[in-house]
Amino acid sequence: MSSATAATDLRSQQAYVAAQAADARVNVELDTGDMTLNIGPQHPATHGTLRIACQLDGEQVISAEPLMGYMHRGYEKLCEVRTYPQCTTLINRIDWLGSFANEVPFILAAEQLMGVEAPPRAQWIRTILFELSRIANVSLFLGDMGVQVGALTPVFFAFRDRERVLNQIEEVTGGRFHPNFDRIGGLKDDIPRGWIAETHAVMAKMRGFCDEMEDLLMGNEIFQTRCRSVGVIPGDVALSYGLSGANLRASGVDWDLRRDANPGLAWDQVDWRVWTHPDGDSFARYWVRLQETREATKIVDQLLDGIPSGPIMAKVPRIIKVPAGEAYVSTENPLGEMGYYVVSKGGLGPFRVKIRTPSFSNISVVPWVMRGTYVPDIITILGSLYFILGDIDR
Amino acid sequence: MTDLLGLAYWAETSIKLGVALIVIPTAALMLGYLFLLKMMAFMQSRLGPQDVGPYGTLQLIADAVKFLQKEDIHPAAADRRVFRAAPVVVLASSFLLFVVLPTGPDAVVENLDTGIFYAMAVSSLSVLGVLMAGWASANKYALLGGLRAAGQLIAYELPLILAVMGVVIQADSLNLQEIVRAQAEGEIFGFGLIGNPFILTQFIGFLIFMISAQAELTQTPFDMPVAETELVGGFHVEYTGFRFLLFFMAEVATAFAFSALATVMFLGGWWIPGFDFNAPALNVLGPVVMLVKILVVAFIIFWIRFTYPRLREDQLQKFAWKVLIPLSLANIVVTGIFKVVL
Amino acid sequence: MPQLPGLLKGLGVTARTAMRTLFPKRGMRTLIPAPQQGSVTVQYPHEKEAPPDRARGVIALHEENCTACMLCSRSCPDWCIYIEGHKVKAPPRRAGGAVRTVNVVDRFDIDYALCMYCGICVEVCPFDALFWTPEYEYSEPHIADLLHDRIRLSEWMETVPEFLDYEPGSEQKVRKVPEFGTDDFAPARKLESDGARGLASGAGS
Repeated sequence: MSSATAATDLRSQQAYVAAQAADARVNVELDTGDMTLNIGPQHPATHGTLRIACQLDGEQVISAEPLMGYMHRGYEKLCEVRTYPQCTTLINRIDWLGSFANEVPFILAAEQLMGVEAPPRAQWIRTILFELSRIANVSLFLGDMGVQVGALTPVFFAFRDRERVLNQIEEVTGGRFHPNFDRIGGLKDDIPRGWIAETHAVMAKMRGFCDEMEDLLMGNEIFQTRCRSVGVIPGDVALSYGLSGANLRASGVDWDLRRDANPGLAWDQVDWRVWTHPDGDSFARYWVRLQETREATKIVDQLLDGIPSGPIMAKVPRIIKVPAGEAYVSTENPLGEMGYYVVSKGGLGPFRVKIRTPSFSNISVVPWVMRGTYVPDIITILGSLYFILGDIDR
Repeated sequence: MTDLLGLAYWAETSIKLGVALIVIPTAALMLGYLFLLKMMAFMQSRLGPQDVGPYGTLQLIADAVKFLQKEDIHPAAADRRVFRAAPVVVLASSFLLFVVLPTGPDAVVENLDTGIFYAMAVSSLSVLGVLMAGWASANKYALLGGLRAAGQLIAYELPLILAVMGVVIQADSLNLQEIVRAQAEGEIFGFGLIGNPFILTQFIGFLIFMISAQAELTQTPFDMPVAETELVGGFHVEYTGFRFLLFFMAEVATAFAFSALATVMFLGGWWIPGFDFNAPALNVLGPVVMLVKILVVAFIIFWIRFTYPRLREDQLQKFAWKVLIPLSLANIVVTGIFKVVL
Repeated sequence: MPQLPGLLKGLGVTARTAMRTLFPKRGMRTLIPAPQQGSVTVQYPHEKEAPPDRARGVIALHEENCTACMLCSRSCPDWCIYIEGHKVKAPPRRAGGAVRTVNVVDRFDIDYALCMYCGICVEVCPFDALFWTPEYEYSEPHIADLLHDRIRLSEWMETVPEFLDYEPGSEQKVRKVPEFGTDDFAPARKLESDGARGLASGAGS
C-alpha cells in the first residue's frame, strides 16, 4: 500500500504542477490568439447537451468550463406541485440509466418522515433492484468508455448485455427505464415466479461481460496509454470538489455509503467489499467501475438466495399524508451520492425537495482536471467521470 | 505492355479505363459490404443490413442513392472552390493508386518502372485533400482534424516508405511486376515451389507497412483526423451528400488499394505456385488469387479497426519516431547486409 | 504464465464474438452459418420481441367496471386522462329494492402523447377498470392521434395477460383479470344496452 500511496503522491504532485503551469499561462498568454472550442451542447461525447467551453492552445487545453442547464427540467419545482406517489415518476427520470436507484432515497426520506418502515422482504427486493440498476447503468459506462477513446465494439457488447439486466428489471417492474416501483412503505408488487433463477443466469452472463471488457478494452495497451495518468484527481482534490461514488474511490478514498451509512437496505446482510484504486486517473475510474460491476453481480446473487418471506407493503394509509418535518437521505447510487432533502408541511406532497445529484458535483472538477490536457484527453476525462446529463441538470 | 490482344493504344487504354471504372467502385462496395457492414455486425452480435437485396447486399448502393439525393451544403464561411475540390483530390489519389497494381502478367493498367515509388507518392496525395477539406470547411473541428492529418502524415509516411525499401532492396526493383517476379522466382533455402513471399523474409517490414497503412487509411487506432467522439468526424464534418460519399468511397477504395499493395509486395501478388510466370492463364486466375489475398489483408485491417481504441496524436508521433522508424531503418540495414553477403 | 498482450486478446474477443454470431449451432451442424440465431438483435418488422407480461405497454380500459370516479384522472402526474360521465337509473338489484343510480362513462380518453407510463392510474383504480398490457404497436404519424378514446382502450382489454404467479415466500394474492361481461359489479354499460337509457329517460319525464 505504501508504494501505491507514493505513486498517488507523485501523481498528485505532477497534477498540481501542471495545473500551476496552466494557471501561469492563462495569466500571461491570454492574448496570443488561442482558439475557443465549444465541446457541445451537441457533441457525441457529452451524452446529451452539456457544453464545455475550452480555450485551446493548439490542441492543449488552457481552460475548460462546463456550462450546464441545457436540459434543465425543473424537477425540484415540479415535485412541489405533486403528491408523493407522483413524485417518484419524475425522480425516475433524473438518472435515467439507473432509475430505480433514484427512487429509493426519496422514498426512504418520505418513510423516515412518516415513521414507517418497509418489511424486510421489500427491503431485500429493493436492494436487488437497486444493484440491478447499478449494473445496468455502469455496464453501459464500461462500453461507452470504449467509444470515447475510439473503440467501436465495446459499446455494442454493453448494450447487448445491459439488455439482459433491463429485461430482468422489466419483468418485475414493468418498466425498462422508468420502473416507478418503489412505494412509501414497500413495493408496488412482488417478484414473479421463476425470476430468481433467471436473474442468477443473467448475473453469470454479466460476469462474463466483465471478463470480456477486461480482455477487449481494459487490458488493451492502447486503452491504457490513453487512460493512464490522464485526468489525475488526487484524493484531497476529489473530496474538496465533492466527488462521490466510483470517481472518489478511484482517487483512493475508501468511501461507500452502502457500507458507511446504510439507510436500512439489505447491504449489511451480504458479504461484499468496496474497491478503491490509488491512482485517481481515468484508468483507475474505469477499473473501479469494472470491479464494482462484478461485485454488484455477487451482491445480487447472494441477495437472491436469501430473500425473506413476508409481506411487501407496510401498513400505510391509502391517501398518503406526510407529517411536517425535514429529512435527508442519501444512498450510494451508480453515479455517486444521490440525496434527497425533503421538507414536508403535512400536505399531500412535499413542500420542498432538494436533490443532491452525483453528476453535478462530479462534473464540477472539470475545470481543475482539464487544464493542461489535450483535446482527446477532454473526451477521455469526460467519459471516465461518467455523468448522466439528466443527473446534472435534473 | 503494348501488345495485349494486339489492340491499338487508344482501344487498349479505353478498355483499361472502363475496367478500372467498374473495378474500383465494385471493390469499394465489396469491402464496404463485407467488412464495414457485415463483419462489424457479426463482431458485435448483430446481423447488419438485411432488407436491401439478398442479405442486405445492395445496402451500400441504396446508401449511395440516398447520398446523391441529399442537398449539397456549403458552409457560409467556407472557401467554396477548395471545399468542393477536396473530396475529388482524395478520391483521385485512390484512383491513381490502382494504375500500377498488377493483377496478372499483362493485366495491369500501366506497368511503370518506378511503380512502388509512384504508388507511395500518389497515396500521400490524399492527405492534401484532407488538409484542404479541413481548412476550407471554416470549422474548428474540421481544422483540428485536417491539422492532425497533416501531422500524422510525417509520422507514418516515413516508416511506410522505409518498410517498402526493404522489399525494394530484396527484389532489386521498384517495378511492382518485378517485385512479384522476384517473389515467384525466389527460393526458401533451395525450396522454390511456393516462391519466396516476402512476408517470410520481410516480416518486420510487413508489420511496419500494415501499421503505417492503418494510419494512412485513417483507420482505428490511428483515426485521429476523423475521431468521431472528439472531432465529430474531423475533416469531413461539414460535408454532406455526394461529397461525403466521395470521402467514404475514397476511404474504402484506398483500403482496397493498400491491401493490394501489401499483397503484391509481401504475399506474392497474383502469382500461383506451379504456374509459369508469364502463363496467359494467369491473366484470368491472377486477379482471383489477388482478390482472395486482398480480402485477407483487408480483413486484418478492418478487424483491428473494429477492436482497438484510438491513440492520441502525440502518442502516435512518439510511437512512429521512437519505434517504427528505428525499426524500419534497422530492417533496411539487415536486409542490405543479407543482400550483399548472400 | 506469461501474459498474452492485451492487443491480441482484444482481437480474440471480437473474433470469438463474430464466430459465435455466425455459427451459433453446436454439434453436427456447427459449420452452417446461422447469424439469424446467433445475433442478439431482432429484425423488428419481420419478427417481434415478446415483452414480459408485466411490461407497461399501454393502458387498457375495462369499461364495464369504470364508474367515472375520476380518481385516476386526479392522480395522474401530468393529467392526461379525460373523463366525462353521467348518472343513469338502474333497476334495483333485488325485487322490491330501491332504484339505483349508476355512473356511465361517456368519455374516457388517455393522451398517450403526454402519458408517462407510470401506472399510478392503474394502481389507484378501486374498481379494477384499468389494466396494463404489453401491447406496443400503436404509434401514430400525428401527435394528436395519440389521444385514444374508450373504444380503442377497450379493444386493448383482449391483450391483457393473466397476472403472474409469485415467487415462493410472497404473501401477495394473485389478482384476476376480469372477463368481459361476467363481472357482477356495476355493469353500467350493459345496463344501458339493456334499455337502461329508456329507464333513465322514463324516470326523468
